Amino acid sequence: MAQLKSFVRPGLIIYLVVISGFLFLPRIVSTFNLILFQYGITFAIVALGFNLLLGYTGLLSFGHGAYFAAGAYGVAMTAKYFPDLFSLEILIPIALLISFLISAIFGFVCVRHTKIFFAILALALSMLLYALLFKFYHLTGGSDGLYVKIPMLFGHTFANMRRPQFLSGFYHYFLVGMFFAAYIVMKCIVNSPFGKALQAIRDNEVRAELIGIRVRRYRLYAFIISGMYSGLGGALWGFVNGHVTPDVSHWIFSGELVYMTLLGGFGVFAGPVVGALIFNFLKLYAMGSTEYWMFIIGATLIIIVLVLPGGVAGGLARLASRIKQPSDKGAA
Amino acid sequence: MLKVTNLTKDFGRSRIINRPSFEVGKDEILSLVGPNGAGKTTLVNLISGHIKVTGGIIEFLGQDITFASPYRRIKMGLARNFQITNLFENGTVLDNIRICLFSNYGKIRRGILPATHYKAITEEATELLDIFGIGNKEKLFPPSLSEGDKKILDTAMAFALKPKLLLLDEPTSGVATGDKFKVMDTIVAAIKKEQVACMIIEHDMDIVSDYTDRVLVLAEGNIIADGKPKDIMAESNVKEILFGVRD
Amino acid sequence: MWPIYILNGLYFAAFIFLISLGLNIILGVMGLLNLAHGSLYAIGAFMAAWTITRLAEGASIFILLPALLTGTALAALFGLFMEYFLIRPMYKRALEYQLLITFGALMLFEDVIKMIWGGEAIYASTPFVLLGRVNILGNPYPAYFLLVMLLALVVGVLIWLFMAKTRIGVMLRAISLDREMATAMGLKINRLGTFSFVLGAALAGFSGALVVPTTPALLGFGMEPLILAFIVVVMGGLGSLKGALIGSLVVGQTRSLGIAFFPEIELAVMFLIAAAILVAKPEGLFGR
Repeated sequence: MAQLKSFVRPGLIIYLVVISGFLFLPRIVSTFNLILFQYGITFAIVALGFNLLLGYTGLLSFGHGAYFAAGAYGVAMTAKYFPDLFSLEILIPIALLISFLISAIFGFVCVRHTKIFFAILALALSMLLYALLFKFYHLTGGSDGLYVKIPMLFGHTFANMRRPQFLSGFYHYFLVGMFFAAYIVMKCIVNSPFGKALQAIRDNEVRAELIGIRVRRYRLYAFIISGMYSGLGGALWGFVNGHVTPDVSHWIFSGELVYMTLLGGFGVFAGPVVGALIFNFLKLYAMGSTEYWMFIIGATLIIIVLVLPGGVAGGLARLASRIKQPSDKGAA
Repeated sequence: MLKVTNLTKDFGRSRIINRPSFEVGKDEILSLVGPNGAGKTTLVNLISGHIKVTGGIIEFLGQDITFASPYRRIKMGLARNFQITNLFENGTVLDNIRICLFSNYGKIRRGILPATHYKAITEEATELLDIFGIGNKEKLFPPSLSEGDKKILDTAMAFALKPKLLLLDEPTSGVATGDKFKVMDTIVAAIKKEQVACMIIEHDMDIVSDYTDRVLVLAEGNIIADGKPKDIMAESNVKEILFGVRD
Repeated sequence: MWPIYILNGLYFAAFIFLISLGLNIILGVMGLLNLAHGSLYAIGAFMAAWTITRLAEGASIFILLPALLTGTALAALFGLFMEYFLIRPMYKRALEYQLLITFGALMLFEDVIKMIWGGEAIYASTPFVLLGRVNILGNPYPAYFLLVMLLALVVGVLIWLFMAKTRIGVMLRAISLDREMATAMGLKINRLGTFSFVLGAALAGFSGALVVPTTPALLGFGMEPLILAFIVVVMGGLGSLKGALIGSLVVGQTRSLGIAFFPEIELAVMFLIAAAILVAKPEGLFGR
C-alpha cells in the first residue's frame, strides 16, 4: 500500500489535472465564463492569504478589502499619475509594496487585540480607507473610481487589443501563473517552522508566548503577508475588471471575502480557493436570476454556517475519509 | 543562579506574595510546598514573567530580570510548565516538541522550507520524547493522551527550550496516584541527565522527600522554612501549616 | 455658529448613542457582535417612515408616537426571530460562525426591506416640519433635533435605571461582568441573552424611527451609522454603557465639527482620536 502510494502520488496527479485544466480553459469555455473564472481566481489569491490569518493564525479580519483596495488602487493610480510605469513587471511590485505599507500600519494597531475587538478594529480601519478613497475624489476619482487600462509587459504593449482579447490571451496565462506561484508560496509558508509557529499561536496563545514565540509580532507578520496577498489579488483583479471603485474597501466586500473562505472551508488548505471560485459563480448567477440576489447569497451563507460548518472542502474531506475508512479496513 | 529578594505582589488590596527571599543554586532540585492559597503558582508566574511584579528584585544568572519580558527570560534559560496542561491541541506530540525546538534554535522565522525538512530537529525531538518515555506516542494528538502523558509532554516542552532553570508547577496533579512516581521518575531522570536546576511545586510530601534535596515552605506569601525535606517535616509549625495538625 | 456646531454634535451623539447602546448591550451580555444591527435600525426607520406617510394628512406632532411604536416593535420582532432561528444555534460555536451568521442576516434583511417597501426612498419629514424651528442665540435651529436629544436622554436614563435597579438588569450586568460566574450562580443565560438581543434590536429600531423624519429612508440606510457605532464601541470599550455614552459624545462632536471645517478627513480625525485612546488604553475607555 505504501509503495503504491509513493508511486502514484495522488496529490501530484490532482495538481497536474488542475493546472492543465486552468491552462486550457480559454479553449473550452466561453469568454464570459472565462472572465468570470478569472474574477474567481483573483479572489482565490486573496482568500489564500486571508486564510493564513483566519485558519492558521486564528484571527478573523472583517477589513481585508482595504488591502485589496490598496493593490487595486496602487495599479489604477499608477496608471493615472505615472503612465510610463504602466507595465506588469513594475505594477505587481508596486501593488505589493503599497499593500505591505497599509497592512503594516493597520496591522500594527489591530494585532494588539484578538477576537471581536480585532474584527471590529480591522473593519473600522478598512472603512477609514474607504472614506479617504471616497472623499479625496480629485486623486482617486471618488465614487466613480478609476479606469485601469491594459498594461504593458517588458516594453511589449497590448494596446491594440480589446480587453476580452487581452484577458483570454496572454493575461490568462499570467494570471494562472501568478495563482500557482501564490499557492505554492503559501503552501510552503503554512508547512514551515514559521507556519507552525502561527498555528501554535492559534491553538494556545499563552503557551506560545512561553515557549519563546513573540505572539504579537508573529501575528503582525501573518497580517502583513495576508494583506500582501490581498493586494496582489486586488491588483490582478483591477486588470480583469478594468475599473476600480472604493466599494472594494467597504466592509461589505471584506465580509464577502470571509464568506468565500468559509464557503470553501478554512480548515483545509485549498478550501478558500474552492470557496472563492464557487462564490463568484453563485453571486453572478444569483444576480442574473433575481433582483433579490443578496437574499439568495445571505440565505446560502446562513445554511452553510448552520449545516456545513467545515465548508465545501471540509465536507468533501469528511466524505472522503468516510469512504476511505471501510476500504482501508478491507485492505488490512 | 536564581536570586529572589523581598518579592511582593498585590492583587487589588490583598498582598499575595509577601517579601520572600531565597536563592536557587546550580543543578539544584528543590520543591516549593505550602497550603492552598499560599501563593505558590503566583510565585512561579512572577519568576517566569507571566504576571508583573509589585515590588522586590528577581535576579537570574547575575542579571536583574524583575521587569524583563517573558520572552527574554526564556531566551536566558528560564522555562516553565503549567499546572493545568497547556498544549497545542491541533498538532501531534512531535509537533508540540518540535515547535519548542524551532523556537529554541531561533528558527521560527524560517518561512519557506517545510518543518519536516529540518531533520536534525526532528531527530532531536524524537530523542527527547524517548528520554521522557513517550516516544511511541509521537503521532498522537494531545487530547488522546492520558493525563500523565499530557503532564510529561508539557514538561518535555519546557525542557526542549534547553533551560538552565526549570519551574514545574505540580507536574503530577491530575495524574492517577499509582502513576505519580512513574511520572516523577521520568522527569527527574531527564533533569538530572541534562543537569538542569529545577524548582517543583508539589503537594505530595512523599514525592517531595523522594525527589528533592531542599524544600521551601511558603505560607501566606512568605517563606517560613527552608531546608532538607526530613528536617522540614520534623518542624512542628510546618506540620501545622501543611497538614493542620499540632504535635 | 459655535452653539449650532455644538448642538449638531449633541444631536449626532444622541442618535449614535442610541444605536451603539443596543449594539453594546448585545456585545456585553452575549459576547456577540451583531453586524446586522444597522439593518435592524433601517427596518425601524422604514417602518416608521411608512407609518408617517400613511397618517401624514392633517396630522399633528403626535404622529411621531405611532411611528416610534411601530418602528421599535417591528425591529424587536425581527430581532426576536433572528435570535431564535439564527443566533441561538450559534451559542456554542466559534466567533467566525457567529459573526458570519449575522453577516448573512444583514444580507437577508437588506433584501427583505427591498421586498417590503420597494427600492424607492421614503420621505417622512412631517414631524420634522411640524415642529419647525426655534431660536437659539439668534440662530434658527430645528426643534426636532432638540426632541431627538431629549428622547435619547430619556432612553439613556431609563436603560441606566433598568440596569441598575431592576432584577433583570442586575442579572444582565452580572453576565456581562463574568459569564462563568453568572452561569455558576444559576442565571438563565440563554433566556437573558434572548432578552438582551431583543432589547438591543428594539433600541436600534427606535433610533431608526426617531431619525427618519430628518432624512429619507433609503436602501443601505443603516450602513453609515453602524460604522459610527463601531467606532464608538471601540473607543468606549466593548460592552460598556458608560463607554458608549462618552464615545458617542466624542464621535458626535467630531462629526459636527468635521462637516463644518474638515469634511474630507472627518472620519480620519475620528480614527486618530480612537487610535490615541487605544494607544493609551488598549481595551477602550471603559473596557475590561
